[in-house]
Amino acid sequence: MSAVQGACVPAKIPLRADLSLTAERGQREVFCGLTGIIWLHRKIQDAFFLVVGSRTCAHLIQSAAGVMIFAEPRFATAIIDERDLAGLADANVELDRVVTQLLERRPEIKLLFLVGSCPSEVIKLDLSRAALRLSARFSPQVRVLNYSGSGIETTFTQGEDACLASLVPGLPGTAPEAPPNLLVVGTLADVVEDQLRLLFDAIGIADVQFFPPRHSTELPAVGPQTRFLLAQPFLADTARTLEERGARHIAAPFPLGAEGTQHWFEAAGAAFGVAAADVRRVTLASYERAQRSLARYREQLSGRRIFFFPDSQLEIPLARFLSTELGMQLVEVGTPYLHRAHLAAELALLPAGTRLVEGQHVENQLDRCRAERPDLVVCGLGLANPLEAQGLTTKWSIELVFTPIQGFNQAADLAELFARPLVRRSRLVA
Amino acid sequence: MQLTVWTYEGPPHVGAMRIATAMQGVHYVLHAPQGDTYADLLFTMIERLPRRPPVTYTTFQARDLGGDTAGLFQQAARDAYDRFQPSAMLVGSSCTAELIQDDPGGLAHALRLPVPVVALELPSYQKKENWGAAETFYQLVRALAGPFALPPGGKRPARDPGVRASCNILGPSALGFRHRDDVRAVTEILDQLGVDVNVVAPLGATPEDLKRLGAADFNVLLYPEIGGQAAAWLARHFDQATVKTVPIGLGATREFIAEVAALAGVDPAPALSGAPSHSSWYSHSVDSTYLTGKRVFVFGDATHAIAAARIAAEELGFTVVGLGSYSREFAREVREAAKRYGVEALITDDYLQVEASVAELQPELVLGTQMERHIAKRLKVPCAVISAPVHVQDFPARYSPQMGFEGANVIFDSFVHPLMMGLEEHLLTMFRGDFEFNDAAPASHLGSTAGAAASVAANAAAPAVGTPVAAPVVPTDAAPANAVPTVPATGYVWAPDAERELGKIPFFVRGKARRNTERYAVERSVALITVETLYDAKAHYSR
Repeated sequence: MSAVQGACVPAKIPLRADLSLTAERGQREVFCGLTGIIWLHRKIQDAFFLVVGSRTCAHLIQSAAGVMIFAEPRFATAIIDERDLAGLADANVELDRVVTQLLERRPEIKLLFLVGSCPSEVIKLDLSRAALRLSARFSPQVRVLNYSGSGIETTFTQGEDACLASLVPGLPGTAPEAPPNLLVVGTLADVVEDQLRLLFDAIGIADVQFFPPRHSTELPAVGPQTRFLLAQPFLADTARTLEERGARHIAAPFPLGAEGTQHWFEAAGAAFGVAAADVRRVTLASYERAQRSLARYREQLSGRRIFFFPDSQLEIPLARFLSTELGMQLVEVGTPYLHRAHLAAELALLPAGTRLVEGQHVENQLDRCRAERPDLVVCGLGLANPLEAQGLTTKWSIELVFTPIQGFNQAADLAELFARPLVRRSRLVA
Repeated sequence: MQLTVWTYEGPPHVGAMRIATAMQGVHYVLHAPQGDTYADLLFTMIERLPRRPPVTYTTFQARDLGGDTAGLFQQAARDAYDRFQPSAMLVGSSCTAELIQDDPGGLAHALRLPVPVVALELPSYQKKENWGAAETFYQLVRALAGPFALPPGGKRPARDPGVRASCNILGPSALGFRHRDDVRAVTEILDQLGVDVNVVAPLGATPEDLKRLGAADFNVLLYPEIGGQAAAWLARHFDQATVKTVPIGLGATREFIAEVAALAGVDPAPALSGAPSHSSWYSHSVDSTYLTGKRVFVFGDATHAIAAARIAAEELGFTVVGLGSYSREFAREVREAAKRYGVEALITDDYLQVEASVAELQPELVLGTQMERHIAKRLKVPCAVISAPVHVQDFPARYSPQMGFEGANVIFDSFVHPLMMGLEEHLLTMFRGDFEFNDAAPASHLGSTAGAAASVAANAAAPAVGTPVAAPVVPTDAAPANAVPTVPATGYVWAPDAERELGKIPFFVRGKARRNTERYAVERSVALITVETLYDAKAHYSR
């Protein structure tokens, strides 16, 4: 190991001279990519996620899901046992047996993801071959794909990235003379998709599809005429695979807050030849309503100091929203990984002097956080109560992934998520 | 490979975390990939501990695998020692680190830390959480108390009669089902008996406390799943007897008091007479006659499942129709208990199998874990939670033990409250078919307009027929007055008059009556279900 644990080394390419970026290594207090299954299985309603892993993987998903919310979940774990490791049982034969058992139980499943885990990666169980083999066996009723949600390769939301990237090669192609189409990439709540679609229609971009789709049978077409807009900041591999299919990325900030959403629509408009003024005419009512609804939260949040622990890669867009639209002061913005190209438009909007930290050394970060005494700390569930017990006010970061927060109509909901812990603390007298 | 939807127990290193977190001054360095830190939230969110579990994870990533993961472990162990200054350390691997075989024990030993370091070998692909907790506690006890053990075959010197007897309380841990409150309840009993508590462990104990476990005259073992292995070792090496009765329920509490009193040489009367138990009187009160023979299904860890079955049968007058446990290590004990109720024990950690069993047995009450709560919810059967795996609700703000006489009161409430109360059930039977009081009528406080049509339909049904069983709420079946017989795939049809008769049965047992009648019809190849079939089935299934 060359890097000393916890040492802060300056990153190679400073993005803006007035931003400070340090990379940190040490204990990471983050979820692995398997956690994405919790929202992905709600989004793709005929898909099943089979983790090939250990009891730890099964325990993680059920614990992270808030312990058994869903009566009949569309996820499960094929738990590797000693016989598989000792070579007494052929792991592939065992996997085929488990998949057969599963599909007999759940005949409505159309798409099965075999999800790799730390143990399956370490023992080099080849799930891509298994997926091909099982796809051949169960097609056309069921398609079988694979991706890795392992902690050694993916952090939290990167699991969604890996999942979506695995779907891209199977997307249908667009016809050679097809007109340009727009693909919105990244899981959004259905209600948010519906709102965004109405605005795209009004702007004059009619051929809009969302990815991932609600059903595995409604896969969007992709080709050289496709322009894609990211709805989430953690989709590096998905974007790359889409580009390999000829699709082109539309650079934009993310649709968080009134300004972020406005910029996002304007970027889409520009890519489809719609002037910014025309986009603004369409979105004006929504934009103004969002601004009005944000006003009361601006009063509550303006001037408050916020500290982000790394979690979902949403931290930088959220920090931008909170500082530019609500006047919050950014003490530290941690992110598990910084994709400089996808985040370029966001980074450009951050206030001068913002302290960005990529990666994590949780103990050192906690020391900094306690020393700074911010008004609000955004962190994971393992850290929130211990920090509250020390008198700090916290916001669970996982809620920012599960709650509809994108678009004009959700801007105030997003602000409220940050205001609520502060309001609560001010109400409690005992 | 095993297909698993939900799991009753986590991996064994989570068991080790339960021990480390329960204790003071112990730090656990876990060789584990990024993501395994999820386990922290079990303690901070479910148990709502105001501090992080004392665990450092190496959180290695793929890029580390080609490099020096052993160095990463050593760095993490050294940093953890420097930062937290524990009095003892635990080191070990999670499931993934077990595969890369870095030997945390040897690596930590090489660091020559100035505190005891206990290396844990927890085979993740073989064992589970409770085993991991038991093994961790045992290894800690052995490492810390071991130097003070009696010589092999040595006997304890007799206690000076002028000195009060003392005992250790073994087994309570973090994330345990009401462990915090049980310790208080049991300590109160011991106090009434005049028995001192030497050490409670692992909950609240320091490594120093474990060193002096041998000073007690005997051990009280509250949770054999966690403390059994350590208690057996202490019995061998310190000649300490073990109180094995777990005081859950009235009968068990009395036996526990007798067992402790005999070992301590004290009079059990103060603890027995000072027993304010409402549960016994409530169970004898006339209102409780409706509890008689309620069919209950019991599932949980071995200790709580066995205790719940005994309470259900002996202290509430229920009928145990199923008893099972996910604690494979205690399968023998559960099987023995099941024999007492004439049922076959269900030993499984397969949630789907438990669900199938509940569905088949059609109990009127399920006593289980949070998993069975979901099964029961789906099958519309009332349920009370009796055992881990735990949920945030299993850490109530109030004092709510399972053990001792107060524990028996708590259990009476928690088993009985999910059921319809006796008087309530009686009234429903009396007024069945009442024009305002039927399943189609809206609640009276919602006004009178909504349910007018439904009331007329219900009124058409004449009052009659004895209630076959006193059951809790089951799925309500709409039974239209002029039903046209439909032919289900199963080959029987309901005659219109039988269908009407079914409609007179109170809604909360109607689903069950329908199911029983149909099952009766299928078993006897009855093609047309008549009123006679309905009552034949009722007679057949009545108790």
